[in-house]
Amino acid sequence: MGVAGWIVIAVVVLLVLWTIYAFNRLVKYRNRADEGWAQIDVQLRRRYDLIPNLVQTVEGYAAHERQTFEEVTAARSRAENAQGVAGQADAENAVSSGLRQLLAVAENYPDLKANANFLALQEELTGTESKIAYARQYYNDQVRLLNTAIQSFPSSVLAKMFHFTQREFFDIEDAVRAPVQVNFEGQ
Amino acid sequence: MHEQIAANKRKTVLLIIVAVVFTGLIGWVIGFLFFKGGTIGLIFAVGLALALSLGSYFFGDKVVLTSTGAKKVTPEQEPRLHNVVEGLAIAAGVPKPEVYVVPEIAPNAFATGRDPQHSSIAVTQGLLQIMDRVELEGVIGHEMSHVLDRDILIGTVVATVVGAAILLSEIFTRTWFWGGGGRRDNNSGGGDAGILGLVLFALGIFLLILAPLAGQLIKLSVSRNREYLADAQGVLLTRYPPGLVSALQKIAGAPHAMRAANNATAHLWLEQPSRVPGDDTSTLERLFSTHPPIQDRIKRLQEM
Repeated sequence: MGVAGWIVIAVVVLLVLWTIYAFNRLVKYRNRADEGWAQIDVQLRRRYDLIPNLVQTVEGYAAHERQTFEEVTAARSRAENAQGVAGQADAENAVSSGLRQLLAVAENYPDLKANANFLALQEELTGTESKIAYARQYYNDQVRLLNTAIQSFPSSVLAKMFHFTQREFFDIEDAVRAPVQVNFEGQ
Repeated sequence: MHEQIAANKRKTVLLIIVAVVFTGLIGWVIGFLFFKGGTIGLIFAVGLALALSLGSYFFGDKVVLTSTGAKKVTPEQEPRLHNVVEGLAIAAGVPKPEVYVVPEIAPNAFATGRDPQHSSIAVTQGLLQIMDRVELEGVIGHEMSHVLDRDILIGTVVATVVGAAILLSEIFTRTWFWGGGGRRDNNSGGGDAGILGLVLFALGIFLLILAPLAGQLIKLSVSRNREYLADAQGVLLTRYPPGLVSALQKIAGAPHAMRAANNATAHLWLEQPSRVPGDDTSTLERLFSTHPPIQDRIKRLQEM
């Protein structure tokens, strides 16, 4: 075999190695995006579970705020049946705004704010909200990597061949996390 | 980041080899003295070396946690801490580490384990008391970065090996002092016990010299640069530098010294556990410190 033959073999081997590498990278990003979405789902479900308890606790102190309770409960059931990434995000934003109103109602009742059960629920809600935010951050990071790999040449050829599809970013507002103020002067 | 993970793995392997050779040597000396060498001595040497290396890999985290007095806490006992740890584990895309609390007033934290699947994060009681949620997220973000970068394995192995060296050096010097020294009085046994005591003493001295050297090894393997890196990466997870800045400022201003401070585990903590509170460190202290000065860390974070 001549020099040309060896060059052809070398090129073929390199091409095969690159294909394996690029394919595995696409699979890795896709799996991570799926994992990220599953994690978002877990945390959103945790929030659905918290809402009836929260409503019940606030109701004990502010029974006449019926409209707020109904709104957040309705938003919750809509969110549970939402379809697609964008649809889910819209429905979750409605839940977030409902929760914000509920917490605003609670602000007017000092007895409620001192209630141990309410405080525990509030911690759970704050924790869940930040987990939703972190899960969204992870998911969007992975989607960005996946989409970039699918769009950029030459991995775009592989992506088309093996039907890797781009994912949608998930954007949702935070119900409890107000802009944080940090005091740098005196602690 | 990937180079750092690879470098950490190389250093850990190197460290384990050094530890195996070293304990093998000690085991060989002991085997030689007690069993007059031969097969049993060799088995003893290999056994000791294997026990330390495997032990530091598989149980190093438990040793570190026990030696600092850390207690495991449930989500019911510490809901806020558990929520923050779980949140940052989600952000980093790793399983949730086990959560521990150290009964200390001085605010501090550390992470240990062998990989992200087997990791633990411990914070002191004092840290929980003085940090608000945002600051706690900053601290846990820093620790989560150590978990992600496999800093925890090398840190834990170093802690176990140095701890074992300190322990052995104490055992040897005391054996000589109480056992060997006493036996010299009743002269009936002859020189055998005396020689044994002397060799053990020499070994103890050797280890005593080695312990500070091991301290240098810590500084080489767990470089101070790593703390800056973990700060930067932690902030990348929380997306909020002022949280960690404010936490570090509170730690710098805290008036309490750490009781659990010792040479074997100093490098693991978020901030060097100091016996002298306050931030005016002497030149000598700075020379032997495992961490960069806290004010420099704050400055770098503020510039981000």
